[in-house]
Amino acid sequence: MSGELLKPPAIVPYRGPSASQWGMLAFLLSEVAFFSTLIMVYLVFLGADSQDGGRGGPTPAGVLSLGLVIGTTICLLSSSATIHLAERALRQGEETAFRLWWMATIVLGVGFLAGTAYEWRELIAHGLTVRRNLFGTTYYTLVGFHGVHVTVGVIVMLIVQVLALRRQITARNPHGVELVSWYWHFVDGVWVVVFAVVYVVGR
Amino acid sequence: MSVAEQPRVEAPPWTATLNEWTATVDHKKIGLLYICMSVVFLVVAGVEALLMRWQLIVPRNTFLSPQIFNQMFTMHGTTMVFFVGMPILIGIGNFVVPLQIGARDMAFPRLNALGFWVTLFGGLLVYFSFLTGSAPDFGWFAYAPLTERTFARGPAADFWSLGLIVSGIGTVTAAVNFVATILGMRAPGMRLWKIPFFSWTILWTSVQILLALPPLTAALFMVVFDRQLGAHFFDAQTGGSSFLWQHLFWFFGHPEVYILILPGFGMIAEVIPVFSRKVLFGYEFMAAATMAIVFISMGVWAHHMFCVGMSRTLDLYFAGASLLVSIPTGIKMFNWLATMYGGKLWLASPMLFACGFLSLFLIGGLTGIMLAAAPFDFQLSDSYFVVGHFHWVLIGGTLFATFAGLHYWYPKATGRMLSERIARWQFFLLFVGFIVTFGPMHIAGMLGMPRRIYTYDANRGWDIWNQLATVGGLIQAPSYLLFVYNIIVSLWKGRPAGDNPWDAWTLEWATTSPPPPYNFEEIPTVHSRRPLWDLRHPDDPDWQYE
Repeated sequence: MSGELLKPPAIVPYRGPSASQWGMLAFLLSEVAFFSTLIMVYLVFLGADSQDGGRGGPTPAGVLSLGLVIGTTICLLSSSATIHLAERALRQGEETAFRLWWMATIVLGVGFLAGTAYEWRELIAHGLTVRRNLFGTTYYTLVGFHGVHVTVGVIVMLIVQVLALRRQITARNPHGVELVSWYWHFVDGVWVVVFAVVYVVGR
Repeated sequence: MSVAEQPRVEAPPWTATLNEWTATVDHKKIGLLYICMSVVFLVVAGVEALLMRWQLIVPRNTFLSPQIFNQMFTMHGTTMVFFVGMPILIGIGNFVVPLQIGARDMAFPRLNALGFWVTLFGGLLVYFSFLTGSAPDFGWFAYAPLTERTFARGPAADFWSLGLIVSGIGTVTAAVNFVATILGMRAPGMRLWKIPFFSWTILWTSVQILLALPPLTAALFMVVFDRQLGAHFFDAQTGGSSFLWQHLFWFFGHPEVYILILPGFGMIAEVIPVFSRKVLFGYEFMAAATMAIVFISMGVWAHHMFCVGMSRTLDLYFAGASLLVSIPTGIKMFNWLATMYGGKLWLASPMLFACGFLSLFLIGGLTGIMLAAAPFDFQLSDSYFVVGHFHWVLIGGTLFATFAGLHYWYPKATGRMLSERIARWQFFLLFVGFIVTFGPMHIAGMLGMPRRIYTYDANRGWDIWNQLATVGGLIQAPSYLLFVYNIIVSLWKGRPAGDNPWDAWTLEWATTSPPPPYNFEEIPTVHSRRPLWDLRHPDDPDWQYE
């Protein structure tokens, strides 16, 4: 075959997710592993306090208020919708709409956190602390780590909001906003599981 | 291959050099920082090991107190796993992967720098515990309730947990970065199954880090909460479960040993073809076997816990699943041998270490199969047989593979060749010293010697095996010093390497040694797994056959 040069097959350009998108997916995969561990531990100790030799104290059925948490859940789930609308608005070049929907998402996130803070104050008043029993230990750890993730999300969204107001995030560079929204959807998704485990099944 | 005469330039002031290395976001520099950090910790943890061996050389020795002995084995294990093993592999990956896949840097250079510094400071945090009067003394897997306030009264357990949380964050950022880089930034034409094999194993190691490290982080947070907030996760006396810690720890701990070995497999799979002058045999099977190892090894963790008294069903499942891992590993072993078969073997230092790896890792794998059988494990769990086994896979496997990789890529990183003479001395001292150290441990274990005892009586029949092990340690020690000497002195005295001293075929050898900050003047286009072969042999390119 020597003499004539062989022609290699044409290069197929890469069309998959971008490196940043892969990075966010990888990070979220690690978060799945993290929350799975916390949820598993919550389930392992579910009901352990009221068994023989258990620590007694407040039980999920006794102190968790479903009314309040349904309110905070609605906050968080609707924020998934608003962040989606914000992202769509940015893609379509409607930057004012983007900033409004984005602000709404932040407000809903803060609303969730405020509801959680109120809930925790009530629970502590009922005598449920980390120290009190295994329910307290596992409940505050699971819900607390989720709350930390919501807080981080709110801080990041505030940074995006400031950048958007300074016209540094516009319709021409929506990729960062997309990644933040993935994170936010993930945090909401984790809440659905936490809600089901702690407030529905575990109660 | 030409080496240009360097014009004489004024040496920059040392502050500029310091600034350049601390503020760098270049994947090559960060990779070298990771490797340097690991080598320093390797020497520290090696000294800890030698102190323990010296204590055990004769029965009823009083060289180390029991308290110090406990701190030594804890710090030795923790350091070797978290601050030598993982960072050195991440460091080599950092240096090599972007070059190998034809990228200019990692996907997130600043995150990459953060990962390194966080890993380093995590290590320092664990070592700060010495300043508080006592290092942690509960073993590297830190079984509850030894980490609880009742038993670990000083702050050592807090330093240990927080240090591992911090360095764990660094490890996860590195894994995120690898996944993003390898999946999103490959050179045009490098489809998924044309990735060089080392990068492929780094990809799957990263997936395993993403799945296994966060559960450890969560469990470490629980230890901190138990100690600082009065939570009750792991203290059975207050309603918690120490059994749960074992599950959580080994859910990380077992995948961890595959995190430590998979990049080693990758380096061996780079070195053996180049030094046998043949294509890697059965790339597709090797790649699939890597994935199989990742998935199977996520489900075998409780084979560390046979003696806890789980159920018969669980024992059966975990024994069976553990035995399954030997199938993909065996596939790899045979493929390496098949690559060498009929090849033109060139026993330069990387290949020497690769051959050392093949012979030693095989034995470590076989003792692993023995221990996976639950009834056998009932007899030998927590004995020196186990110590012998895991050192055999971690040193005979990971460390020999790492040395193969370091000797292979050193010319690329520095532009100089290592001294082959010193490398050979290093290899043979390590090979002999290693066998003399860890071989007798198997026998001492079968004679009933438990691990982690600070001394023993003379009438047990363990003396000779312990003396051999200590002598072996003393044979190994100069080998590491020779390595450190070789990598430092060769920076000045080494023969100039040229771009491709081994006549290898992957993209990192297409650029200069050391590579420029931007890696490639022009991003190369790839048609096969051996782009440099295609370039040299346009009449017989690899892409015809793949």
